[in-house]
Amino acid sequence: MHYVIAGAGPAAVAAAEHIRELDTDSKVTMIGAQAQPPYSRMAIPYFLTGKVEQKGTYLRRSDNHYAEKGIDYLHDEVVSVQPEDHSLSLASGEKIQYDKLLLATGAEPIIPPVPGMDDPRVQQCWHLEDAERIIDLAKPGARAVQVGAGFIGCIILESWVLREVDLTVVEMGPRMVPRMLGEKAGGLLQTWCESKGVSVHTNTQVKAIESTPEELHVVLESGETCPADVVIVSTGVKPRLGYLQGCEIKIDQGIVIDEHMRTTAPDIYAAGDCAQGLDFSTGETAVHAVQPTATEHGRVAAANMVSNNDLPYKGSLNMNILDTLGLVTCSFGAWEGVDGGDSAEMFNQDNFQYINLQFKEDILVGANSVGYHKHLGMLRGLIETKIPLGPWKDRLIANPVQIADAYLGANEASLKSS
Amino acid sequence: MSWTGKILRIDLSAGTCTSEPLNMQWANDYMGQRGLATKYLVEETDPTVDPFSPDNKMIFATGPLTGTIAPTSGRWSVVCKGPLTGAIACSNSGGFFGAELKNAGWDMVIFEGKSASPVYLDMTNDQAELKDASDLWGKSVWETETALRERRGDPDVRVASIGLAGESGVLYAAVVNDMDRAAGRSGVGAVMGSKNLKAVVVRGTVGVKVNDPMAMMKTSNAAKEILAENAVTGEGLPTHGTQILMNVINEVGALPTRNGQDVQFDGAHDIGAEAMAEVRESDGQSNLVSNHACFGCPISCARRSKIDPTHFTVKDKPQYQGVSGGLEYEAAWALGAANGVNDLEALTYANFVCNEQGMDPISLGVTIGAAMDLYHAGAISQEDTGGVALEFGSTEAFVAMVEATARGEGFGKELGQGSRRLCEKYGHPDFSMTVKSQEIAAYDPRGIQGMGLAYATSNRGACHLRGYTVASEVLGIPEKTDPLATEGKAGLVKAFQDATAAVDSSGTCVFTTFALSGEDIAPMVDAACEGDWSVERFVEVGERIWNMERQYNIAAGFTGADDTLPERLLKDAAKTGPAEGSVNRLNEMLPEYYESRGWSASGEPTAETLGRLGL
Amino acid sequence: MHKALVMEADACTGCHQCEMMCSYGKVGAFNPSKSVIDITIFDGGAVNVPSTCTQCEGAWCMVVCPVEAITVNSSTGAKEVSAEVCVGCKVCTIACPFGAINYDVDSGVVTKCDLCGGEPMCVEACPTTALSFVAEDSTGYDKMRRNAILAAGIEEGIA
Repeated sequence: MHYVIAGAGPAAVAAAEHIRELDTDSKVTMIGAQAQPPYSRMAIPYFLTGKVEQKGTYLRRSDNHYAEKGIDYLHDEVVSVQPEDHSLSLASGEKIQYDKLLLATGAEPIIPPVPGMDDPRVQQCWHLEDAERIIDLAKPGARAVQVGAGFIGCIILESWVLREVDLTVVEMGPRMVPRMLGEKAGGLLQTWCESKGVSVHTNTQVKAIESTPEELHVVLESGETCPADVVIVSTGVKPRLGYLQGCEIKIDQGIVIDEHMRTTAPDIYAAGDCAQGLDFSTGETAVHAVQPTATEHGRVAAANMVSNNDLPYKGSLNMNILDTLGLVTCSFGAWEGVDGGDSAEMFNQDNFQYINLQFKEDILVGANSVGYHKHLGMLRGLIETKIPLGPWKDRLIANPVQIADAYLGANEASLKSS
Repeated sequence: MSWTGKILRIDLSAGTCTSEPLNMQWANDYMGQRGLATKYLVEETDPTVDPFSPDNKMIFATGPLTGTIAPTSGRWSVVCKGPLTGAIACSNSGGFFGAELKNAGWDMVIFEGKSASPVYLDMTNDQAELKDASDLWGKSVWETETALRERRGDPDVRVASIGLAGESGVLYAAVVNDMDRAAGRSGVGAVMGSKNLKAVVVRGTVGVKVNDPMAMMKTSNAAKEILAENAVTGEGLPTHGTQILMNVINEVGALPTRNGQDVQFDGAHDIGAEAMAEVRESDGQSNLVSNHACFGCPISCARRSKIDPTHFTVKDKPQYQGVSGGLEYEAAWALGAANGVNDLEALTYANFVCNEQGMDPISLGVTIGAAMDLYHAGAISQEDTGGVALEFGSTEAFVAMVEATARGEGFGKELGQGSRRLCEKYGHPDFSMTVKSQEIAAYDPRGIQGMGLAYATSNRGACHLRGYTVASEVLGIPEKTDPLATEGKAGLVKAFQDATAAVDSSGTCVFTTFALSGEDIAPMVDAACEGDWSVERFVEVGERIWNMERQYNIAAGFTGADDTLPERLLKDAAKTGPAEGSVNRLNEMLPEYYESRGWSASGEPTAETLGRLGL
Repeated sequence: MHKALVMEADACTGCHQCEMMCSYGKVGAFNPSKSVIDITIFDGGAVNVPSTCTQCEGAWCMVVCPVEAITVNSSTGAKEVSAEVCVGCKVCTIACPFGAINYDVDSGVVTKCDLCGGEPMCVEACPTTALSFVAEDSTGYDKMRRNAILAAGIEEGIA
């Protein structure tokens, strides 16, 4: 049996290792296009701040980790897949046969269709190389405009502020991180950033980036122009699927997969940021593009590939945590609420604190928080176990801060009754 | 180490919060908490000051062991001149607030002046700010703590606050922390109220460091082992709480009953530890829900109670139907036996109200007992009481008086002034079971002679916690003495007083002394602090503190003549029990006590004594 | 066989000795805010629940960690955080369904129970039977596992 994994990000590595755990004999090949050993985008912001060196972003510590695990790590890029003869073609020209294939090719940044994006002073922040260039460009006192205040945009803010860059953020959405935070939470985050000296524009798009030899001018739809020495574009990501053009695999927002992580093509599975898998909260499929979903996908796909689809997956809970200049925000599941549900909210503008809990009957289904970093995982526990909150629901509505109490109280009650 | 070396000074008049270094000379001489805070008060205020004047100061103080691994390290004190007594007031509390204050990096907070409008102090580590509390004024302790917790949005903050009693100047108002732990006695809550200070909120994440961690672990572990193996601290208190004493003291014939008319209460068994554990018919539950510990405490004597939801006191009042701080022995006695009331649920309700509105249940209960006595004697009538027939033993009358006092309504206003003022007003000062205007505690000096001397000489007025000779006279700790004998009691009282003053200044709980001696506690202080803390030094600090307090009281106008007991205890013999026919023979003990203290025959520390103690 | 830290809420009095000892082991000061075992008190003090990492089989924290900062100590079975490797991304703190791994602002990394290398200091500190360290197959451990499974409600395949 030959397992092939296209990609070398977190989903790919999780899958390769888990396949190896479950099947010690078969051949496992992992194909990655990046120059470096598999690394984590989650860690790039900390490379930018100088907290870790480049090596600190690698997914695994040992220099020959993959060889030790008996995983063939092929430094190449998949250019096409031929499901009909169980093969894929690589950029090197090589062709590889597989018995089971996992597509874990991740995501790529969305480049907004704006004139002037090709100036070398306009940077993505996606690959390690991008980060290196940004470190070069972000000199103290430099004027930086960051286009996009999404998840990645927010995480890298700290590196700018630490580098004493004069920073302006432009977000087309109505608030910062609109896909992760509600209005109050996003507003709180914006106030926080502004209090740290970052200028934040929301509800406006970049119309053009004009360049002179001395500086760039970021022209906004609102009519304003921001002068800049460097522009960073982080306007979101999309599944990286170019290599599947013409391939008979169903693609919607991403590669559509079923509860066994199978694509519509035989013996081909997909996982991670490129996959549109089951969502725990909605029961529909969605592209999450977050690390917890990626690793879960990888492991579940591995188990199904090895076991012949014995492990139906309940779906991933979409969740995110962000540290923006020291303010921690997080979201879980159906944070925007569900039809006929109830909610609990606490909002303390002065303290930069916010909690929003969403319930369906007496079960927690989603949450947003700002300014808290303790026991957040309990929110996941409450949502995924669907444990009835009983009296704790009303107590949480009265004071949403008592998450740990509710978690432990509901569990104790459940233990006693079982 | 393990002083933080920092004091926070709050000038409420100016609205400022400033940090200053701890006076280490004083720390070395007075250790911490009770002793050290009193030293600051002595140095910074005039002992003749009106307790409610802005010139009186109020100090929240931790000890060197507060917040450390030492067992019972949750203790802290409130020190000021007391409005009930006009004497030095030091009230100790447990719970979690004190350790949090220490963890925030402070040995003490000194409050001075008076705020023009209600404020609360909001602290996180070295950040401190006075904030508007107008919206909290008029709220109970429970409401205030809940509101401030929500305002802070941090589940780990700790709050100390006053309720209606502290606001309205009930002379035995308490400062309550963690919902139901209190710096209860002598009216420190009323001083807080007089300063327009509603609450203190604190969150501490700095941590507490000790001088010699390995020695700290070793000495603490040794102390914990002794506490675990001791019958009182390892078994009696964890299982039954202080309430285990109810039947014991009743049998000894030292349970002051119906304002000291009797020394035994026929309803004692209805209101003690056993009754709390009994399953009720109404709801199939017991009054006692569980025991509970203060910060760092392996003893966990505290009770958690739930009132019978069908009881008339809590019917349709959901705020009293949850679990909260249950009856301790002193409260059960003062609210119950002292009034002849044997309704456990009503007493628990009264105790909840005391926590909710910040009142000392001892003084409240004893004052109601005095009022019942006045009513019984015809000195007051239903016209005075607002139509309530204040009969001894009447649960309804008792509950009505508790509520009226908490709200400061009608006759409750008079009750809020304490027993001495009440009895004087109605022409029966002899009815007042007080010493230096503070109500006696749950041990009748006719049945336990040493406690008479302890009450008479206590620096904060009658009090069981300034020299708990009950340990020796009843429980045989450290050795049994005859409760009806006066011989040797002078020395016993002095030894207990000095040791207690030291323990109260260390940051640990006096309840440890059922099992621990200075030999066990001093090594923990020694491990925590710089310098050499021998047992001798530890006890000497206690004696120094005692004499300093005495000097303060003398300067405040007290004399040896105030070292006395209510007439009834000296003249009316116990009617029943082992002490039948006995009065307290204070006169047999007091001269010897003065002498053993190195005081003059009129009760003043001699120059030699002061010199020996460096005062 | 590995030993497990077993927590019995019924026996806990809420004294926080465990938190003090734990924090001492972690940061060299008695500082409950740095403890990786937590005592949660509610219902007016009637319920005191100790909680910390159960060293669960699923090891969500370890699986999700993007830089392999969490590894298994083979002698104790504990999942241990390397403060040198952890970048502080906090993804483990939302992935752990027990909320048992948390970010520490001062150190900039996450912290969790590491069983103190096989001699948990919290157990030593506990004055009651609320905390014990026993062989995994004992009754107490079963209860803990039950608790873990209940809390996680998780299909085994992820593990």
